[in-house]
Amino acid sequence: MIDIKDFLHNLLSLPGLSAYEEPARQKISETWKPLVDEMYVSPIGSLHALSRGVGSEPRPKILLACHMDAIGMMVTGIEDGFLRFTEVGGIDHRLLPGMRVNVHGKRDLPGVIVMPRAELLPEGNGTAPVAMKYLFIDTGLLPEEVASLVKIGDLVSFAQEPSELPNDIVMGHTLDNRVSVAAVTICLEELKKVSHDWDVWAVATVQEEETLGGGLTSPYAIQPDLAIAIDVTFAKGPGASDYRTFPLGKGVTLGIGSNVHPGFFKAVKDVADRLEIPTHDELMPLYSGTDALAMQIVREGIATLVLGIPLRYMHTPVEMVAMKDIQRAGRLMAAFIAGLPQDFMQRLHWDD
Amino acid sequence: MKELIRSLVDTTGPSGYEMQVTELVKQLIKGIADEVKVDAMGNLIARKGTLKKGGKRIMLSAHMDEIGLIATHVDDNGFVRFTSNGGVFPVYLLGGRVRFLNGVEGVIGSESDSRDQAPAMNKCYIDVGAKDRESCPVKVGDMAIFVRPYVDLGTRLVSKALDDRVGVAVLIETMKQLKDTPHELYCVFSVQEEVGCRGAMTAAYAVDAELGIALDVTRTGDTPKCTKMEVALGKGPAIKVRDSGMLSDPKVVRWMQETAEKEGIPYQLEILDAGSTDARMMQVSRAGMSAGVISIPCRYVHSPSEMVDYQDVLDCVKLLKALLSNPINFG
Amino acid sequence: MTTKNMAPLIEKEQIDLLERLSNACGILSDVGEIRKIVLESIKPYCDDVHIDALGNVLAIRKAQQPDALRVMVAAHMDEVGFMVVEKEEGGLFRMVAVGGIDSRYLPGKPVLAGKEHVPGVIGAKPIHLMKKDEMNNTMELEDLRLDVGPDGGDKVKPGDPVYFATKFQQVGPSLMGKALDDRLGVVSLISLIQHAPANIELLAAFTVQEEIGLRGARVAAYAFNPDLAIVMDSTPSHDLPTWDGSENIYYNTKLDAGPAIYVADTGTLSDPRLLQRLFKIASENEIPYQIRQPGKGGTDAGSIHRQRAGIPSVSISVPGRYAHSPVMISRFNDWKNTLTLVHTALAEMPKNLLQRN
Repeated sequence: MIDIKDFLHNLLSLPGLSAYEEPARQKISETWKPLVDEMYVSPIGSLHALSRGVGSEPRPKILLACHMDAIGMMVTGIEDGFLRFTEVGGIDHRLLPGMRVNVHGKRDLPGVIVMPRAELLPEGNGTAPVAMKYLFIDTGLLPEEVASLVKIGDLVSFAQEPSELPNDIVMGHTLDNRVSVAAVTICLEELKKVSHDWDVWAVATVQEEETLGGGLTSPYAIQPDLAIAIDVTFAKGPGASDYRTFPLGKGVTLGIGSNVHPGFFKAVKDVADRLEIPTHDELMPLYSGTDALAMQIVREGIATLVLGIPLRYMHTPVEMVAMKDIQRAGRLMAAFIAGLPQDFMQRLHWDD
Repeated sequence: MKELIRSLVDTTGPSGYEMQVTELVKQLIKGIADEVKVDAMGNLIARKGTLKKGGKRIMLSAHMDEIGLIATHVDDNGFVRFTSNGGVFPVYLLGGRVRFLNGVEGVIGSESDSRDQAPAMNKCYIDVGAKDRESCPVKVGDMAIFVRPYVDLGTRLVSKALDDRVGVAVLIETMKQLKDTPHELYCVFSVQEEVGCRGAMTAAYAVDAELGIALDVTRTGDTPKCTKMEVALGKGPAIKVRDSGMLSDPKVVRWMQETAEKEGIPYQLEILDAGSTDARMMQVSRAGMSAGVISIPCRYVHSPSEMVDYQDVLDCVKLLKALLSNPINFG
Repeated sequence: MTTKNMAPLIEKEQIDLLERLSNACGILSDVGEIRKIVLESIKPYCDDVHIDALGNVLAIRKAQQPDALRVMVAAHMDEVGFMVVEKEEGGLFRMVAVGGIDSRYLPGKPVLAGKEHVPGVIGAKPIHLMKKDEMNNTMELEDLRLDVGPDGGDKVKPGDPVYFATKFQQVGPSLMGKALDDRLGVVSLISLIQHAPANIELLAAFTVQEEIGLRGARVAAYAFNPDLAIVMDSTPSHDLPTWDGSENIYYNTKLDAGPAIYVADTGTLSDPRLLQRLFKIASENEIPYQIRQPGKGGTDAGSIHRQRAGIPSVSISVPGRYAHSPVMISRFNDWKNTLTLVHTALAEMPKNLLQRN
């Protein structure tokens, strides 16, 4: 049996910014290998892994999408040994001053993000937050050495080590969305123990944070009948309390809105209720900010579902998730898939 | 190549109405493509070469369209109101001249008396010399382009529509010079890039390639007090790492860098914070494809006086030719 | 069904259908009420009808000749409205807007909520209790509540749609109601199916999620893979006087000036060959038309024309004042002329119009 917490800790320590997912992909591929029947990498780097079903041909397919890319930064210029940078994915520049980072140059360099004082900035900035374009990374090295080790386009990731808080709460960066990779891993492991009619395609997608590139392309290749985006959602916490937030460690969320097929929602919700896996309805009045947004409109359209794992402090290096919710997400997917009848699509209707 | 570039920038082709450029390119590539067709959107797709050992199906894209204006209203006194076709900056409008597709020319004025600030586009008008609505030779929906003569400054060239006719020129010249390739090349002269890379989206679908390369201009950071950007005129082709629409496939970036280094071609690495190219559509087409961009550094992008360095242009051809002459070993 | 090849007319039956559709609710994918009416209206006339994974209704009416042009015609079923997101005490609920709605339209309006059409209101603070200058501030949706009465709270739940409780009316030359954007197009498309020209294979798409990014039309176009597409929508008319009496140059379209043909908008540059064809057909048949002012805005054509290897597209809209508000006003004649123009253009569409080389 895979030690999920151990796997997650390992995965969190690996870089893998959008479009540069290679290190994460290798680890995931290694872990999934014994759990699946077939695996390949898509032209833009998503990992496609098949757990074959036992139903008769043509066998219906379900796609489980968890994005593996991380947010971070990229070097855009070098000035007197200081590095200028831009973001990859969405980052609040107000978090950055004083942040420890790793610069992935010719070798990994530790660095810190620094904020020039007001006199060195355009007039009028005063004590206001400093825009990202005026922040620097200081590696502590001399200009010549920096110039020989770092070039434009080099990646920068958060240096925060993952750690654990009481009662199985994981803390670190890139829990968005490596926790969902862990949940899909749990699901694959469960599916190994039971027979399922459907083919299951576990997909670790790329570039979700930038272009939804994986979500747009993997379903094109796989052509699933159903697709689930497993991603993090907002946990209640300081500054986050409205209808878009859910208690940490008290269950997973199921999306309701235009990116979700209502019949698919109901089928999954029924399984959760039967197994007493706690779920919350997550209202998405406009869009889901996940791969589901892309997957739904691939080819002739795909019935999609959004499964959410509540997480605090999204897109900071100190994200927080309850292990219990990761387990729930994995178990729920596995139980739903195990019970999927071969003719589910014929029974899936718009309730008019 | 200067004549080639000049013939291209002197031709009229606003987004959606690229037909004159299409005809010119057809003439220019006569005999150097194995197969030429125009698709439903108007993209000109030319195939060159057939797949050999170590070869790939490659889509190369340079867009034919240029930014322009569209008439939205002719007022009681014959002044033509307009909106943009593609990304037009109001700051470049005043005193400029335009030509409609029917040949009518006009000058741009504004409602505001202020000469210090750029007026909003909806406060500007085109004066075609008409007395009233009835006598105005322009009607709502008519398309116009900016008019400004081509200038050869020796090492630097200045013109409207260098974005992206210089890319078109690089692609044509490369097709000419490329004697032998293991690849099956689909040279796409795309339409409607300036309004959202629409032509490239459908061409990428039709071509269904394994690798996509766009040839387009990029901004520079080498003019007084401009936004910081590590690209300059005259320092060689810019290999795109990312822009606001995509991250290039790192394998493609590495391949381009290594090829440039091996061939002794100068190059720069580009990170562009606003703007994108046809490559972003190629990357997510169908099941996805490896995509990258060779950018031609260009000052004053989307003004009627864009400027490129001639040596950069020649080096872009050299780099592209080197890239396409040999088998590709990655992915 | 002897009227097969005649231009469809707009008679009492069509007006009644528009009334039903205007009064019904259909927000984003939640368009069950609309879909039901569409399905019952078109089923007898179609060779194939199905609902896809997003909820679009895709219907095919075959041509009566071989090798016919395959033409997609699209109209969107969804309208702008609200979704209930949070329950508060005493029959009050928080809402989020679904689609672009100017919040200045909201205070003091009656609404309906949920599948049961529970009546409610969006209230406002009494004028007597306001602070000085408070009237200068816009009342934003986050400060407003759906109120279904102190004891009605059990009838509504988070996730329910909310929409304006406007009853459709025909007044003189005008049609007044909510959601004429794009129920006018929906009825037009139903009529086209019922009176489909014999020379084309009609691929009808009643789409969802138009108001949030033209998403339904995208997969519909991929599925149909047509030779060309025509989108029938509704477009705003801002043809009101200016405050100082100067010439209105921002009207977008004008009522009574005929169908609005799109040359360019945010999402599409209409195919020039289709445009020329429409202009020609309109002139020859003395159908009035106008060119919608090029500029912002868009229709389903924005996603249709980019699908697969490219699909030449054009949009034709019925002009309407006060779109995305509780009451829209369109003219019966503009609607009639729109339908006639589209029908005539289809019936006389040359097979080789879009050939290249």
